[in-house]
Amino acid sequence: MLSEPMLINIGPQHPATHGVLRLICELDGETVLKVTPDIGFLHSSFEKLGEYRTWNQIVPLTDRMDYLAPLMYNCVYVMAVEKLMGLEVTERCKVARVLCMEMERIFSHLLWLGTTAIDVGAFTPFLYAFQERERIYTLHENYTGARITTSATRVGGMMADFPDGWTDSLRDFVKTFPKTLNEIDSLLTTNGIHLGRTLDIGVISGEDAINYGFTGPNLRASGVDYDLRKDNPYYDYETYDFDVPIGENGDCYDRYLVRMEEMRQSLRILEQALDRLPGGPINVADPRVSLPSKTDCMNDMESMIHHFKLITEGISVPAGDCYFAVEGTKGELGMYVVSDGGEKPVRWRIRPPSFVNLSVIAKLAEGHLVSDLIMINASLDIVLGEIDR
Amino acid sequence: MAGENGSAFDAVEQGPEASGRNTETPHGGVGNPAEHPSVTALQGRFDSAVLRHEVQAGDQHVVFLDPGSNRAVLAWLRDDPEQRYDLLVDVTAVDYGGGRPLQIVYQLWSVPHKRALRIKCELPLDGLSIDSVVQLWNAANWLEREVYDLFGVEFRDHPDLRRILMPQNYAEGHPLRKDFPLRGRFSRAEQTRRALSQDYHDDYTPEELEVGGAPGLAPPELPISTDEVGTRLD
Repeated sequence: MLSEPMLINIGPQHPATHGVLRLICELDGETVLKVTPDIGFLHSSFEKLGEYRTWNQIVPLTDRMDYLAPLMYNCVYVMAVEKLMGLEVTERCKVARVLCMEMERIFSHLLWLGTTAIDVGAFTPFLYAFQERERIYTLHENYTGARITTSATRVGGMMADFPDGWTDSLRDFVKTFPKTLNEIDSLLTTNGIHLGRTLDIGVISGEDAINYGFTGPNLRASGVDYDLRKDNPYYDYETYDFDVPIGENGDCYDRYLVRMEEMRQSLRILEQALDRLPGGPINVADPRVSLPSKTDCMNDMESMIHHFKLITEGISVPAGDCYFAVEGTKGELGMYVVSDGGEKPVRWRIRPPSFVNLSVIAKLAEGHLVSDLIMINASLDIVLGEIDR
Repeated sequence: MAGENGSAFDAVEQGPEASGRNTETPHGGVGNPAEHPSVTALQGRFDSAVLRHEVQAGDQHVVFLDPGSNRAVLAWLRDDPEQRYDLLVDVTAVDYGGGRPLQIVYQLWSVPHKRALRIKCELPLDGLSIDSVVQLWNAANWLEREVYDLFGVEFRDHPDLRRILMPQNYAEGHPLRKDFPLRGRFSRAEQTRRALSQDYHDDYTPEELEVGGAPGLAPPELPISTDEVGTRLD
């Protein structure tokens, strides 16, 4: 009997698992009977580490989780803390963060696009996608000094304002990127091999998708219209003119289409945000979080003490808890912060979109071929740094 | 070890400080239930199960439930046409330390009504057990496993309650509890010894081993001889 079930490990060190993910597959021939993901290989206990750090010291931990969209994680964390403090950031800061977050959406989707295309045998889009990603890396570097570990936000604002000419570089990217995107589009969207590998693979209905906790592009590909930017807007997203792409069938192809369109919509938001980026300070002038100016510190005793206390003790956040979520690149990205009024959080929790999305793979892959399992895994757009945290 | 005056590394050996600013768990502002339709409905329908209600961070409504009735109330919140909290966003826990009860936190979102609600259940440290909600939302599967792994809360009727982020044979306890030291409970020597003495039983469940057999052993004999394969190919 050749059809006796067989146990195969994929990963944890395997390029097609998109990270340090181990899939334990029970196979009948080439058909997947059952797949059990084994995660935790990258576990760094960021949430525990956060309990030993002051509120601003946590920012560098956030970008190490999803290294495919570091600025977005920086932003969400401080947005949650600001919400708990009841702190309203400046208009310039709001638009600046929208710029950062939408740029990261393109940044993350491009990596997904390139690696997913490779998984189904298309090598060329990978090169084009990474060429464009490199330009965003350069934007990261020019703004924050780092390519991946950006740590760009602080409670109450950003680490610094954009350097001279930075917004022009971003505008240049927004203008020229659609050409590459269209080229990749023409390589994949109607490509027979790509269609054959993605159509009707890993189908999930809208109702099931909600029940399994899908969020983000994965959920919208199943036809559920749920986007936090529209449904629970933050940072004036309701005033930006953009559409939310919705799929129909909930298969790998729809997830591909939704993400392709999301990049175009992000470009629209970026254009509008660049046009409306107001002047003025990027950091709030709130004594709870902002340092007094150097001149004040040198001339005024109270400012000196204030500066000293903010530096040595860190900021205090009022007691209470706050859950704040944005439409992340991979789904609903939430931060749950709990404070007892002190300088360190009692609990800092990340609501991990990839973690919940990956848990569905067992249902999606059942009955498909092993090669389809690779495609399904790629179409979920996971990042193991955030799954394992 | 820390000197008499203590050092910055004390917490690494001892675990993070328990939240010491309030004797009880910190409360948010007193909520006005009229602001949130679900809170009013919950209080009307499950009067005995709803322990208290508060508002956090300006507009986030939190309802504290009796842990014994979490599944019934959450099922109603999911299914009632006026509520329809169909998306379980998150399940997590909060340990305030100092022997105070551990909180299980459910983040709910209603896609049709575009509303959020936070449900909390407080469990005493000597009775860390609560009904699982996997039967209501499949999303709870991994989320509850994570709370079990990191906090040691037992979820009754969970279909697959195993560790998820820590290794299956991890024996040092539950890392996100306040009494857990940052560097772990075992000595560095013991941790190294355990890391070096793993075997394949730690990486598979018994069912998987039954299917796959022990890894690294010779493959089972082919049921047909190679001669036959050759003839088939012809």
